[in-house]
Amino acid sequence: MSKDIVATIKENVIQGRKTQEDEGIDENLTSTPGVVELVQQALESNISPQVIITEGLTAGMQVVGDKYATKEYFIPDMLASAEAVGAAMDIMRPVLESANVESKGKFAIATVKGDIHDIGKNIVAILLRGAGYEVHDLGADVPTEEVVEFVREEKPGYLGLSALLTTTMTEMGVVIEALEESKLRSSVKVLVGGAAVSNEFAQEIGADAYCIDAFDAVKVLDSYQ
Amino acid sequence: MPRKGILIDRPYERLTREQVELIHQASMQILTDPGLISFNREAVDILHSHGAAVESIAGDHQSWKVKIPEQLVLSAIDSAPKTVKLGARNPDNTLIMHGDEPRVYLITGSETNIWLDVDFPTYVNKADSTREIRVPDFKPRRGTVDDLCQSAHVCEHLEMVDGYIRTVNIQDRDITEENKDVNKFFASLNNNTKHFMSGLTSLKQLDNVVRMAELIVGGKKALGDNPIISFITCLVKSPLQFVDDTTETFIEVCRRGLPIVVSASPQAGTTAPIKEAGIMAQINAEVLAGITLGQLVKPGTPVLYGSVPVRARMDTLGDSYGSAETSQYNIDCVQMARFYRLPNYSTSGVCDPKIPGQQSSIERLFSNIVVAMSGPQFLHCAFGLLDCNSVFCLLQAVLDDAHFKMIEFFLRQPRIDQLELKAMLKQIQDVVATQQKLYISYIRPLLRSGEISGVYPFEGSGEADDVFEIAYERMKELLARPVEHIDRKTTARIFEEIPGILPRLNIYETES
Repeated sequence: MSKDIVATIKENVIQGRKTQEDEGIDENLTSTPGVVELVQQALESNISPQVIITEGLTAGMQVVGDKYATKEYFIPDMLASAEAVGAAMDIMRPVLESANVESKGKFAIATVKGDIHDIGKNIVAILLRGAGYEVHDLGADVPTEEVVEFVREEKPGYLGLSALLTTTMTEMGVVIEALEESKLRSSVKVLVGGAAVSNEFAQEIGADAYCIDAFDAVKVLDSYQ
Repeated sequence: MPRKGILIDRPYERLTREQVELIHQASMQILTDPGLISFNREAVDILHSHGAAVESIAGDHQSWKVKIPEQLVLSAIDSAPKTVKLGARNPDNTLIMHGDEPRVYLITGSETNIWLDVDFPTYVNKADSTREIRVPDFKPRRGTVDDLCQSAHVCEHLEMVDGYIRTVNIQDRDITEENKDVNKFFASLNNNTKHFMSGLTSLKQLDNVVRMAELIVGGKKALGDNPIISFITCLVKSPLQFVDDTTETFIEVCRRGLPIVVSASPQAGTTAPIKEAGIMAQINAEVLAGITLGQLVKPGTPVLYGSVPVRARMDTLGDSYGSAETSQYNIDCVQMARFYRLPNYSTSGVCDPKIPGQQSSIERLFSNIVVAMSGPQFLHCAFGLLDCNSVFCLLQAVLDDAHFKMIEFFLRQPRIDQLELKAMLKQIQDVVATQQKLYISYIRPLLRSGEISGVYPFEGSGEADDVFEIAYERMKELLARPVEHIDRKTTARIFEEIPGILPRLNIYETES
C-alpha cells in the first residue's frame, strides 16, 4: 500500500499534477488525486517523510529532468513538476521540522533595485523549491538595504540576485559591497544571473557563482551540499 | 476522406475586381486580335468547326492564325468543371479542388535532369589542426530510375506533400524515348500512394500508362471515379502559339476524360511583356485558349488553370523564379482562375541557386509564403528543386517539408470568439492575482495538442549550424521507412500487359 502511494506520487510528479484539478499529460489521470492530496494521504498512512521525498518526489523530479534533457519535456513541464514538489514540501515542512530533518538550505532571491523584470527570478524560485530548498522570494526592484536586512535577520545560506538590464546589473555589485560592509558576506553564498550577466561579470563583482539559467542554479546549489 | 491541404480563409489578392475584369477583357481582345498561331492541324479544325476564324499562314499549311471569339471562350469556361477530383492509390490521399475554395494542396515537381547527392566531409582548419568542421559537399549527376524511386519513396513520407509530380528525369542507359513513360509512371506509382501527375514523353505510351492506372485501381470505371493519375501539357508556347506535339497529346488526354493541366509559362521580358498588365493579359489568354480547346474536344474534361509565369533575369535572360515579380504574376493568376471559378495550378518555391543554402531558403520561402497565401488549389511548390528547376536534391525536399509545416502553422485561422475571450479574461484575472504573475502553467495543455508551433526541427546544439546534417539524418530515416507498394498480383499483371517496364523495378521478382 505504502509503495503504491509513493509510486503514484512519483508518477504525478512526472505528470506535473500538483492537485487533482490539474490535467497533467496523461488524460486518464484527470480528477484523480495529485501530488498534494497523495502526500497528505501518505503522511496519514504514516509513511516516512524521507521515503516520500526520496522515492516519490526526488525520484519523480529525476525522471522529469531526464525527459527535459532529451527534449521530451519543456520548461512548462519542468515548472509544473517543480511546483507540485514545492507544494508537497510545504505540507511536509512541519513534519520534517518535528523530526529534525533539515531542508537542503535557506535560499533568498531578489531582482535588484531599479529592475522590475522577474520572470527568470520566479522560475529559479519555483525550481529550487521543487528541488527541496526553502525559498524566500523578496520580489523585484528590491532596495539593497532590504536584501542586507533579510540576510542579517533570516540568515539564508544562499542569496540569488537577478537583473535583466545592463543598466541594473551593476546593482548586484552594490549588494555584495553592502554585505561586505555589514560583515555578512562570509555568511552567505551569492549567486548571480540574468540575461546581461556573464561569468566574467560575476567574478568581477565578487559573486560566488554565475548561473546561466534556472537549471544551472539548481546544479550550483546542489554542488554546495 | 480527402487530404485537408491548407485552407486560406481570406486569400491575399493583389488585384481589385475592376483590374481582374480589365485583364479578362484584354485577354478576350488578344484571342481575337492577334489571336493564336497553331502549329497543330487538329486543334485548328476543332476550333474552326465551333466558329473560330482560321487563316493559313503564308499558305504553307503548317501553321494557322486562329481567332477565338469571346462567346466560345465563355461557354468553355462554363462547361469546365468547377470541382476537380484528383484520386490516389490510398483514398485518404485524394485531393478535392473547388475553384472557388482557396484550399491549397502542395505538390512536388517538376522533372529535373540533375540529381544532387550530398556528403559531409570533414575539413581541418589550416591555422589550427585541432579545429575540424563538417561541411556538406553537393555532387551533381544524371538522374536515374532508382533516384526516382527514392524520391517517390521519401515524398510518400513527407507530411506536407499532398501529391507527387516526378522530380527527376530518368536517364539510365536502358531508358529510351519509347519506354520512359511506362517506367516513370510505374516507379512513381509503386513507391508513392499519393496522386501522381506527369507529362508524357511519347504520346504512343498514353494508353499504356492509362491501362497501368486502370489495373491498379480495378478498371476503367474505377479510374474515372478515382483518377490516380493526371497529366500536364504545355500546349501553349508563349507568345500565343499552340505547339504541334503537345497540343496533340492534350487533345488525346482530353478525349480520355482524365484530369489535365493547361499550362502556360511566358517569360516576362522575352516571351511576354515585362509589365504586369501585359504578361497577365497574355498568360490569361493563353490558358483560356487551351481550356477552350479541351472543352471542345470533350465537354466536362476536368481541367486546371495552369499558370507558370516568370520574369527574365537581366544578366542572362534566363528564368528568374526568385524575383519578386514572379510571385506577383503567380498571385495574379490565382486570382484570375478564382474569377472563373476554375481550380488553379500555380508555382512557388523555385529558386535560382544550384545548391541548398541561404539564397535558396530565402527565395523559396518568400514565394512559398506569399503564393500560398493567395490560395491556389494545386501549388507546384518545387520541393527539393534548385537552379530554376533543373536540379533535384532530396535533402532540400526534406527541408522544404519542414518549412511548409511552419507555413501551414502560420496560415492557420485565428481563434478569437466570445468563448475564447471569456476564458482568456478569466486566465488574466487569475494570474494577475498570483504572486508570480506567470502564465506558464496554462501552456501545458496546449504543448502536445499542436496549438503551439514547435522549435525549428533541424536546430543544432550550441552555436553550430547543423541544419543540413540533421536534415540528412531525417532523410535517411524516411528512406528506411517502408512504403506500400502495388500488390504482387497487380504488379504481375502490369508487367504482363504493359511492355517496356524494366524488370529490376519488379520488387517481387528482385526479392526472389
